[in-house]
Amino acid sequence: MSDIKIKITDREGVTHEVDAPTDMNMNLMEVVRSYELAPEGTIGVCGGMAMCASCQCYVKSDHVLPEMSDDEDAMLAEAFNVEDNSRLGCQIHMTEDLDGLEVELAPES
Amino acid sequence: MIQTDILIIGAGPTGLFAVFEAGLLQLKCHLIDALPQPGGQCAEIYPKKPIYDIPGFPEVLAGDLVDNLMKQIEPFQPGFTLGERADTIEKLEDGSFIVTTNKGTQHKAPIVAIAGGLGSFEPRKPLLENLKKYEDNGVSYMVKDPEVYRDKKVVIAGGGDSALDWSIFLADVASEVTLVHRRNEFRGALDSVEKVQQLKNKGKINLITPAEIEGLNGEDKLESVLIRKKTTAIEDITLEVDHFIALFGLSPKLGPIGDWGLEIEKNAIKVDTFDYQTNVPGIYAIGDINTYNGKLKLILCGFHEATLMCQSAYQRIFPDKKYVMKYTTVGGVTGFDGSKKEAPKAVVKAID
Repeated sequence: MSDIKIKITDREGVTHEVDAPTDMNMNLMEVVRSYELAPEGTIGVCGGMAMCASCQCYVKSDHVLPEMSDDEDAMLAEAFNVEDNSRLGCQIHMTEDLDGLEVELAPES
Repeated sequence: MIQTDILIIGAGPTGLFAVFEAGLLQLKCHLIDALPQPGGQCAEIYPKKPIYDIPGFPEVLAGDLVDNLMKQIEPFQPGFTLGERADTIEKLEDGSFIVTTNKGTQHKAPIVAIAGGLGSFEPRKPLLENLKKYEDNGVSYMVKDPEVYRDKKVVIAGGGDSALDWSIFLADVASEVTLVHRRNEFRGALDSVEKVQQLKNKGKINLITPAEIEGLNGEDKLESVLIRKKTTAIEDITLEVDHFIALFGLSPKLGPIGDWGLEIEKNAIKVDTFDYQTNVPGIYAIGDINTYNGKLKLILCGFHEATLMCQSAYQRIFPDKKYVMKYTTVGGVTGFDGSKKEAPKAVVKAID
Protein backbone atom coordinates (compact mmCIF):
# COMPACT_ATOMS: atom_id res chain seq x y z
CA MET A 1 0.00 0.00 0.00
CA SER A 2 1.24 3.45 -0.76
CA ASP A 3 0.15 7.03 -0.63
CA ILE A 4 -1.94 8.49 -3.41
CA LYS A 5 -1.97 12.05 -4.65
CA ILE A 6 -5.22 13.99 -4.59
CA LYS A 7 -6.04 17.58 -5.47
CA ILE A 8 -8.33 19.42 -3.08
CA THR A 9 -9.61 22.91 -3.79
CA ASP A 10 -10.50 24.62 -0.49
CA ARG A 11 -13.39 26.99 0.14
CA GLU A 12 -11.19 29.98 -0.73
CA GLY A 13 -10.52 28.50 -4.16
CA VAL A 14 -6.92 27.48 -3.44
CA THR A 15 -5.93 24.08 -4.81
CA HIS A 16 -3.71 21.84 -2.69
CA GLU A 17 -2.04 18.68 -3.93
CA VAL A 18 -1.73 16.34 -0.96
CA ASP A 19 -0.57 12.82 -0.20
CA ALA A 20 -3.27 10.62 1.23
CA PRO A 21 -2.43 7.30 2.89
CA THR A 22 -4.44 4.30 1.73
CA ASP A 23 -3.54 2.10 4.68
CA MET A 24 -4.96 4.20 7.52
CA ASN A 25 -8.68 3.59 6.89
CA MET A 26 -9.01 7.29 6.12
CA ASN A 27 -11.75 9.01 4.19
CA LEU A 28 -11.60 12.23 2.20
CA MET A 29 -13.10 14.32 5.01
CA GLU A 30 -10.37 13.10 7.35
CA VAL A 31 -7.68 13.86 4.78
CA VAL A 32 -8.98 17.43 4.54
CA ARG A 33 -8.95 17.72 8.33
CA SER A 34 -5.48 16.22 8.68
CA TYR A 35 -4.09 18.88 6.33
CA GLU A 36 -6.31 21.54 7.97
CA LEU A 37 -7.68 22.67 4.61
CA ALA A 38 -10.90 23.81 6.31
CA PRO A 39 -11.15 25.20 9.86
CA GLU A 40 -11.93 22.68 12.59
CA GLY A 41 -15.61 22.80 13.43
CA THR A 42 -16.62 23.56 9.85
CA ILE A 43 -16.00 20.10 8.41
CA GLY A 44 -16.73 16.61 9.66
CA VAL A 45 -19.11 17.94 12.28
CA CYS A 46 -20.95 14.63 12.74
CA GLY A 47 -17.67 12.74 12.79
CA GLY A 48 -18.22 10.92 9.51
CA MET A 49 -21.64 9.29 9.90
CA ALA A 50 -23.15 10.93 6.79
CA MET A 51 -25.39 12.85 9.16
CA CYS A 52 -24.40 16.41 8.43
CA ALA A 53 -23.27 17.75 5.10
CA SER A 54 -20.28 19.73 6.30
CA CYS A 55 -17.87 17.62 4.21
CA GLN A 56 -19.81 17.97 0.98
CA CYS A 57 -17.51 18.25 -2.01
CA TYR A 58 -17.74 18.37 -5.79
CA VAL A 59 -15.89 15.62 -7.61
CA LYS A 60 -14.06 17.16 -10.57
CA SER A 61 -12.23 14.15 -12.02
CA ASP A 62 -13.90 11.12 -13.60
CA HIS A 63 -12.82 8.50 -11.06
CA VAL A 64 -15.18 5.66 -10.33
CA LEU A 65 -16.31 6.28 -6.78
CA PRO A 66 -17.93 3.89 -4.33
CA GLU A 67 -21.69 3.77 -4.80
CA MET A 68 -23.72 6.15 -2.66
CA SER A 69 -25.34 4.63 0.41
CA ASP A 70 -28.96 5.45 1.24
CA ASP A 71 -27.73 7.54 4.15
CA GLU A 72 -25.45 9.65 1.97
CA ASP A 73 -28.12 10.01 -0.72
CA ALA A 74 -30.71 11.14 1.82
CA MET A 75 -28.32 13.58 3.47
CA LEU A 76 -27.47 15.17 0.13
CA ALA A 77 -31.19 15.49 -0.56
CA GLU A 78 -31.43 17.83 2.42
CA ALA A 79 -28.15 19.70 2.02
CA PHE A 80 -27.65 23.04 0.28
CA ASN A 81 -25.55 23.89 -2.80
CA VAL A 82 -25.93 20.33 -4.04
CA GLU A 83 -24.79 19.63 -7.61
CA ASP A 84 -24.85 16.47 -9.70
CA ASN A 85 -21.22 15.77 -8.74
CA SER A 86 -21.76 16.32 -5.01
CA ARG A 87 -20.55 13.68 -2.59
CA LEU A 88 -19.93 13.54 1.14
CA GLY A 89 -16.18 13.37 1.73
CA CYS A 90 -16.65 11.12 4.75
CA GLN A 91 -18.08 8.40 2.52
CA ILE A 92 -15.13 8.33 0.13
CA HIS A 93 -12.42 6.02 1.44
CA MET A 94 -8.89 6.45 0.25
CA THR A 95 -7.98 3.55 -2.02
CA GLU A 96 -5.28 3.20 -4.66
CA ASP A 97 -7.93 3.53 -7.39
CA LEU A 98 -8.45 7.13 -6.34
CA ASP A 99 -4.92 8.28 -7.21
CA GLY A 100 -5.22 11.62 -8.98
CA LEU A 101 -8.68 12.41 -7.58
CA GLU A 102 -9.70 16.06 -7.86
CA VAL A 103 -12.33 17.56 -5.58
CA GLU A 104 -13.55 20.96 -4.49
CA LEU A 105 -15.05 21.62 -1.06
CA ALA A 106 -18.63 22.89 -1.13
CA PRO A 107 -19.34 26.18 0.67
CA GLU A 108 -19.86 26.07 4.41
CA SER A 109 -23.51 26.04 5.38
CA MET B 1 -33.92 33.04 39.47
CA ILE B 2 -32.57 29.50 39.40
CA GLN B 3 -29.65 29.02 41.81
CA THR B 4 -27.22 26.15 41.84
CA ASP B 5 -23.60 25.26 42.59
CA ILE B 6 -22.45 24.31 39.09
CA LEU B 7 -24.36 25.62 36.10
CA ILE B 8 -23.69 23.27 33.21
CA ILE B 9 -24.31 24.51 29.69
CA GLY B 10 -25.04 21.53 27.49
CA ALA B 11 -26.84 18.34 28.53
CA GLY B 12 -24.82 15.88 26.43
CA PRO B 13 -22.99 12.92 27.95
CA THR B 14 -20.18 15.07 29.36
CA GLY B 15 -22.56 17.54 30.99
CA LEU B 16 -24.69 14.74 32.40
CA PHE B 17 -21.73 12.89 33.87
CA ALA B 18 -20.50 16.11 35.48
CA VAL B 19 -23.70 16.03 37.56
CA PHE B 20 -22.62 12.68 38.99
CA GLU B 21 -19.10 13.76 39.86
CA ALA B 22 -20.40 17.01 41.35
CA GLY B 23 -22.97 15.04 43.35
CA LEU B 24 -20.27 12.91 44.95
CA LEU B 25 -18.87 16.20 46.26
CA GLN B 26 -22.35 17.26 47.42
CA LEU B 27 -22.50 19.99 44.78
CA LYS B 28 -25.80 20.61 43.00
CA CYS B 29 -26.08 21.11 39.26
CA HIS B 30 -28.48 22.66 36.80
CA LEU B 31 -28.23 22.12 33.05
CA ILE B 32 -29.24 24.37 30.14
CA ASP B 33 -29.65 22.95 26.66
CA ALA B 34 -31.01 24.39 23.43
CA LEU B 35 -32.49 21.04 22.51
CA PRO B 36 -35.81 19.95 24.00
CA GLN B 37 -34.36 16.73 25.47
CA PRO B 38 -31.15 15.79 27.29
CA GLY B 39 -28.43 13.80 25.53
CA GLY B 40 -26.96 16.30 23.07
CA GLN B 41 -25.72 14.82 19.80
CA CYS B 42 -26.24 11.29 21.15
CA ALA B 43 -29.96 11.91 21.42
CA GLU B 44 -30.41 14.34 18.55
CA ILE B 45 -28.17 13.06 15.75
CA TYR B 46 -27.42 9.40 16.34
CA PRO B 47 -29.52 7.76 19.11
CA LYS B 48 -29.56 4.43 17.26
CA LYS B 49 -25.84 4.27 16.50
CA PRO B 50 -23.72 1.88 18.55
CA ILE B 51 -20.66 3.30 20.35
CA TYR B 52 -17.79 0.89 20.98
CA ASP B 53 -15.31 2.93 23.01
CA ILE B 54 -17.12 3.60 26.26
CA PRO B 55 -14.97 1.81 28.85
CA GLY B 56 -16.80 -1.19 30.23
CA PHE B 57 -19.40 -1.24 27.46
CA PRO B 58 -18.35 -3.44 24.54
CA GLU B 59 -21.26 -1.89 22.63
CA VAL B 60 -23.87 0.65 23.66
CA LEU B 61 -26.41 2.61 21.63
CA ALA B 62 -25.94 6.36 21.98
CA GLY B 63 -29.55 6.70 23.13
CA ASP B 64 -29.08 3.98 25.76
CA LEU B 65 -25.92 5.66 27.02
CA VAL B 66 -27.94 8.82 27.61
CA ASP B 67 -30.68 6.83 29.39
CA ASN B 68 -28.05 5.19 31.60
CA LEU B 69 -26.44 8.52 32.44
CA MET B 70 -29.83 9.99 33.34
CA LYS B 71 -30.39 7.03 35.67
CA GLN B 72 -26.92 7.37 37.16
CA ILE B 73 -27.42 11.05 38.04
CA GLU B 74 -31.02 10.74 39.21
CA PRO B 75 -30.09 10.69 42.94
CA PHE B 76 -28.45 14.08 42.48
CA GLN B 77 -31.66 15.71 41.26
CA PRO B 78 -30.25 17.96 38.53
CA GLY B 79 -32.41 20.80 37.30
CA PHE B 80 -32.96 21.32 33.57
CA THR B 81 -33.71 24.34 31.42
CA LEU B 82 -34.38 22.68 28.07
CA GLY B 83 -35.22 24.19 24.69
CA GLU B 84 -33.45 27.41 25.65
CA ARG B 85 -30.07 28.66 24.54
CA ALA B 86 -27.62 30.25 26.99
CA ASP B 87 -27.16 33.73 25.58
CA THR B 88 -25.43 36.07 28.00
CA ILE B 89 -23.21 35.82 31.03
CA GLU B 90 -22.61 38.43 33.68
CA LYS B 91 -20.06 38.29 36.48
CA LEU B 92 -21.24 39.62 39.82
CA GLU B 93 -19.06 41.30 42.45
CA ASP B 94 -19.07 38.21 44.66
CA GLY B 95 -17.48 36.26 41.78
CA SER B 96 -20.61 34.34 40.84
CA PHE B 97 -22.23 34.39 37.43
CA ILE B 98 -25.69 35.04 36.02
CA VAL B 99 -26.45 33.24 32.77
CA THR B 100 -29.55 34.31 30.87
CA THR B 101 -31.17 32.28 28.10
CA ASN B 102 -32.72 33.50 24.87
CA LYS B 103 -36.10 33.19 26.62
CA GLY B 104 -34.98 35.31 29.56
CA THR B 105 -34.59 32.52 32.13
CA GLN B 106 -31.91 33.53 34.64
CA HIS B 107 -29.51 31.19 36.40
CA LYS B 108 -27.04 32.07 39.17
CA ALA B 109 -24.05 29.95 40.14
CA PRO B 110 -20.51 30.36 41.46
CA ILE B 111 -19.26 27.96 38.77
CA VAL B 112 -20.18 27.72 35.08
CA ALA B 113 -19.14 24.60 33.17
CA ILE B 114 -19.58 24.83 29.42
CA ALA B 115 -20.17 21.33 28.06
CA GLY B 116 -21.61 22.63 24.82
CA GLY B 117 -20.27 19.99 22.44
CA LEU B 118 -20.40 21.35 18.93
CA GLY B 119 -22.36 24.38 20.04
CA SER B 120 -26.09 24.87 20.12
CA PHE B 121 -28.18 23.30 17.42
CA GLU B 122 -29.63 25.96 15.16
CA PRO B 123 -32.01 25.38 12.26
CA ARG B 124 -30.35 25.24 8.86
CA LYS B 125 -31.72 28.03 6.72
CA PRO B 126 -32.33 27.80 2.99
CA LEU B 127 -30.21 30.05 0.79
CA LEU B 128 -32.84 32.54 -0.32
CA GLU B 129 -32.12 36.16 -1.03
CA ASN B 130 -34.81 37.96 0.94
CA LEU B 131 -35.19 35.33 3.64
CA LYS B 132 -34.41 37.69 6.53
CA LYS B 133 -37.18 40.07 5.53
CA TYR B 134 -39.84 37.42 6.07
CA GLU B 135 -38.46 35.79 9.23
CA ASP B 136 -41.28 36.05 11.78
CA ASN B 137 -43.38 37.50 8.94
CA GLY B 138 -44.39 34.19 7.45
CA VAL B 139 -41.11 32.26 7.39
CA SER B 140 -40.14 30.01 10.30
CA TYR B 141 -37.74 27.15 10.93
CA MET B 142 -39.64 25.26 13.57
CA VAL B 143 -43.20 24.86 14.72
CA LYS B 144 -43.59 26.41 18.13
CA ASP B 145 -47.36 26.75 18.32
CA PRO B 146 -49.36 24.80 15.71
CA GLU B 147 -52.42 27.00 16.35
CA VAL B 148 -50.66 29.82 14.48
CA TYR B 149 -51.37 27.85 11.30
CA ARG B 150 -55.06 27.21 11.90
CA ASP B 151 -57.02 27.82 8.67
CA LYS B 152 -53.91 29.23 6.97
CA LYS B 153 -52.16 28.19 3.80
CA VAL B 154 -48.86 26.55 4.69
CA VAL B 155 -45.95 25.33 2.61
CA ILE B 156 -43.41 23.04 4.25
CA ALA B 157 -40.00 22.25 2.76
CA GLY B 158 -37.76 19.36 3.75
CA GLY B 159 -37.40 15.62 3.40
CA GLY B 160 -36.85 14.31 6.90
CA ASP B 161 -38.97 13.28 9.84
CA SER B 162 -39.89 16.76 11.00
CA ALA B 163 -41.11 17.80 7.53
CA LEU B 164 -43.22 14.64 7.32
CA ASP B 165 -44.55 14.80 10.85
CA TRP B 166 -45.56 18.45 10.70
CA SER B 167 -47.18 17.99 7.29
CA ILE B 168 -49.28 15.21 8.81
CA PHE B 169 -50.13 17.21 11.89
CA LEU B 170 -50.95 20.45 10.09
CA ALA B 171 -53.08 18.66 7.47
CA ASP B 172 -55.85 18.77 10.08
CA VAL B 173 -55.12 22.29 11.27
CA ALA B 174 -54.21 24.42 8.27
CA SER B 175 -56.58 25.13 5.40
CA GLU B 176 -53.98 23.97 2.90
CA VAL B 177 -50.69 22.07 3.33
CA THR B 178 -48.11 21.80 0.56
CA LEU B 179 -45.00 19.71 1.06
CA VAL B 180 -42.03 20.48 -1.18
CA HIS B 181 -38.93 18.29 -1.33
CA ARG B 182 -35.96 18.12 -3.64
CA ARG B 183 -36.37 14.37 -4.13
CA ASN B 184 -39.25 12.01 -4.62
CA GLU B 185 -37.89 9.94 -1.75
CA PHE B 186 -38.30 10.95 1.87
CA ARG B 187 -36.09 9.92 4.75
CA GLY B 188 -38.23 9.25 7.76
CA ALA B 189 -40.02 6.66 9.84
CA LEU B 190 -41.86 4.26 7.55
CA ASP B 191 -45.30 4.98 9.00
CA SER B 192 -44.80 8.73 8.58
CA VAL B 193 -43.97 8.24 4.92
CA GLU B 194 -47.04 6.02 4.47
CA LYS B 195 -49.28 8.45 6.32
CA VAL B 196 -48.19 11.29 4.03
CA GLN B 197 -48.92 9.05 1.05
CA GLN B 198 -52.46 8.44 2.36
CA LEU B 199 -53.05 12.12 3.03
CA LYS B 200 -51.76 12.95 -0.42
CA ASN B 201 -54.15 10.41 -1.97
CA LYS B 202 -57.00 11.96 -0.01
CA GLY B 203 -56.00 15.40 -1.28
CA LYS B 204 -55.22 16.67 2.22
CA ILE B 205 -51.55 17.24 1.47
CA ASN B 206 -50.42 18.79 -1.76
CA LEU B 207 -47.10 17.14 -2.58
CA ILE B 208 -44.67 18.78 -5.00
CA THR B 209 -41.50 16.79 -5.79
CA PRO B 210 -38.79 16.95 -6.98
CA ALA B 211 -38.88 20.66 -6.39
CA GLU B 212 -37.35 23.48 -4.42
CA ILE B 213 -38.53 26.80 -3.12
CA GLU B 214 -36.60 29.38 -5.10
CA GLY B 215 -38.22 32.67 -4.20
CA LEU B 216 -40.28 34.49 -1.58
CA ASN B 217 -42.70 37.30 -2.39
CA GLY B 218 -44.92 39.66 -0.49
CA GLU B 219 -45.28 43.32 0.46
CA ASP B 220 -44.64 43.32 4.22
CA LYS B 221 -45.30 39.72 4.99
CA LEU B 222 -45.02 36.53 2.99
CA GLU B 223 -47.76 36.25 0.38
CA SER B 224 -46.46 33.67 -2.07
CA VAL B 225 -43.53 31.40 -2.84
CA LEU B 226 -41.95 30.43 -6.12
CA ILE B 227 -41.61 26.68 -6.42
CA ARG B 228 -39.34 25.29 -9.11
CA LYS B 229 -40.26 21.78 -10.10
CA LYS B 230 -37.29 19.91 -11.54
CA THR B 231 -38.72 17.07 -13.58
CA THR B 232 -37.72 16.60 -17.21
CA ALA B 233 -38.73 20.17 -17.97
CA ILE B 234 -38.36 22.87 -15.38
CA GLU B 235 -41.71 24.18 -14.23
CA ASP B 236 -42.19 27.27 -12.08
CA ILE B 237 -45.20 27.41 -9.80
CA THR B 238 -46.27 30.46 -7.83
CA LEU B 239 -48.15 29.33 -4.77
CA GLU B 240 -50.08 31.68 -2.53
CA VAL B 241 -49.24 30.97 1.10
CA ASP B 242 -49.45 32.57 4.51
CA HIS B 243 -46.59 30.56 5.99
CA PHE B 244 -43.42 28.87 4.84
CA ILE B 245 -41.88 26.41 7.29
CA ALA B 246 -38.36 25.39 6.27
CA LEU B 247 -37.38 22.14 8.00
CA PHE B 248 -33.87 21.33 6.80
CA GLY B 249 -32.54 19.91 10.05
CA LEU B 250 -30.25 21.42 12.62
CA SER B 251 -26.62 22.34 12.50
CA PRO B 252 -24.46 23.15 15.49
CA LYS B 253 -23.06 26.65 15.93
CA LEU B 254 -20.81 27.95 18.68
CA GLY B 255 -23.26 30.84 18.89
CA PRO B 256 -23.36 33.46 21.66
CA ILE B 257 -20.79 31.61 23.82
CA GLY B 258 -18.26 32.86 21.28
CA ASP B 259 -18.85 36.38 22.63
CA TRP B 260 -18.33 35.61 26.31
CA GLY B 261 -14.76 36.83 26.37
CA LEU B 262 -13.33 33.33 26.34
CA GLU B 263 -10.22 32.47 24.40
CA ILE B 264 -11.33 30.68 21.24
CA GLU B 265 -9.16 28.58 18.94
CA LYS B 266 -10.37 26.41 16.05
CA ASN B 267 -14.02 27.01 16.95
CA ALA B 268 -13.38 25.65 20.44
CA ILE B 269 -12.66 27.12 23.88
CA LYS B 270 -9.07 27.02 25.10
CA VAL B 271 -8.60 25.49 28.54
CA ASP B 272 -5.85 24.68 30.99
CA THR B 273 -5.56 20.90 31.23
CA PHE B 274 -4.86 21.19 34.96
CA ASP B 275 -8.57 21.60 35.65
CA TYR B 276 -10.19 22.53 32.30
CA GLN B 277 -10.70 26.12 33.38
CA THR B 278 -10.93 28.79 30.69
CA ASN B 279 -9.15 32.14 30.70
CA VAL B 280 -12.04 33.42 32.86
CA PRO B 281 -11.66 32.03 36.42
CA GLY B 282 -14.78 30.15 37.46
CA ILE B 283 -15.77 29.29 33.89
CA TYR B 284 -14.74 25.83 32.78
CA ALA B 285 -15.13 24.11 29.40
CA ILE B 286 -15.36 20.32 29.16
CA GLY B 287 -15.99 17.80 26.40
CA ASP B 288 -16.02 18.46 22.66
CA ILE B 289 -16.29 22.24 23.08
CA ASN B 290 -12.81 22.68 24.55
CA THR B 291 -9.40 22.47 22.99
CA TYR B 292 -5.88 21.94 24.26
CA ASN B 293 -2.71 20.29 23.08
CA GLY B 294 -3.55 16.70 22.24
CA LYS B 295 -7.31 17.15 22.54
CA LEU B 296 -9.46 14.24 21.37
CA LYS B 297 -13.18 14.70 20.94
CA LEU B 298 -14.23 11.50 22.64
CA ILE B 299 -17.01 10.91 25.16
CA LEU B 300 -14.60 9.09 27.43
CA CYS B 301 -12.27 12.10 27.47
CA GLY B 302 -15.25 14.32 28.31
CA PHE B 303 -15.97 12.13 31.35
CA HIS B 304 -12.41 12.56 32.57
CA GLU B 305 -12.51 16.31 32.02
CA ALA B 306 -15.83 16.57 33.88
CA THR B 307 -14.33 14.73 36.86
CA LEU B 308 -11.29 16.99 37.17
CA MET B 309 -13.45 20.06 36.63
CA CYS B 310 -15.66 19.12 39.60
CA GLN B 311 -12.66 18.72 41.93
CA SER B 312 -11.42 22.17 40.95
CA ALA B 313 -14.91 23.66 41.27
CA TYR B 314 -15.20 22.25 44.78
CA GLN B 315 -11.98 23.93 45.83
CA ARG B 316 -13.10 27.22 44.31
CA ILE B 317 -16.37 27.11 46.23
CA PHE B 318 -14.82 25.87 49.48
CA PRO B 319 -11.22 27.11 49.44
CA ASP B 320 -10.64 26.32 53.11
CA LYS B 321 -12.17 22.87 53.28
CA LYS B 322 -9.89 19.87 53.49
CA TYR B 323 -10.93 17.14 51.15
CA VAL B 324 -9.60 13.96 49.58
CA MET B 325 -11.24 12.08 46.75
CA LYS B 326 -13.23 9.08 47.93
CA TYR B 327 -13.94 5.95 45.91
CA THR B 328 -17.59 5.06 45.38
CA THR B 329 -16.70 1.51 46.46
CA VAL B 330 -15.78 3.00 49.84
CA GLY B 331 -18.11 5.94 50.26
CA GLY B 332 -21.06 4.70 48.24
CA VAL B 333 -23.41 7.21 46.62
CA THR B 334 -25.60 9.39 48.78
CA GLY B 335 -28.23 11.17 46.75
CA PHE B 336 -29.84 14.52 47.50
CA ASP B 337 -33.11 12.60 47.42
CA GLY B 338 -32.10 10.69 50.56
CA SER B 339 -31.21 7.54 48.64
CA LYS B 340 -28.06 5.71 49.55
CA LYS B 341 -26.20 3.12 47.55
CA GLU B 342 -23.20 1.34 49.01
CA ALA B 343 -21.25 -1.86 48.83
CA PRO B 344 -22.76 -4.58 51.03
CA LYS B 345 -20.82 -5.05 54.22
CA ALA B 346 -18.79 -8.21 54.49
CA VAL B 347 -20.11 -10.63 57.04
CA VAL B 348 -17.83 -11.46 59.94
CA LYS B 349 -18.92 -14.78 61.28
CA ALA B 350 -17.11 -17.85 62.43
CA ILE B 351 -17.56 -21.05 60.49
CA ASP B 352 -18.04 -24.02 62.77
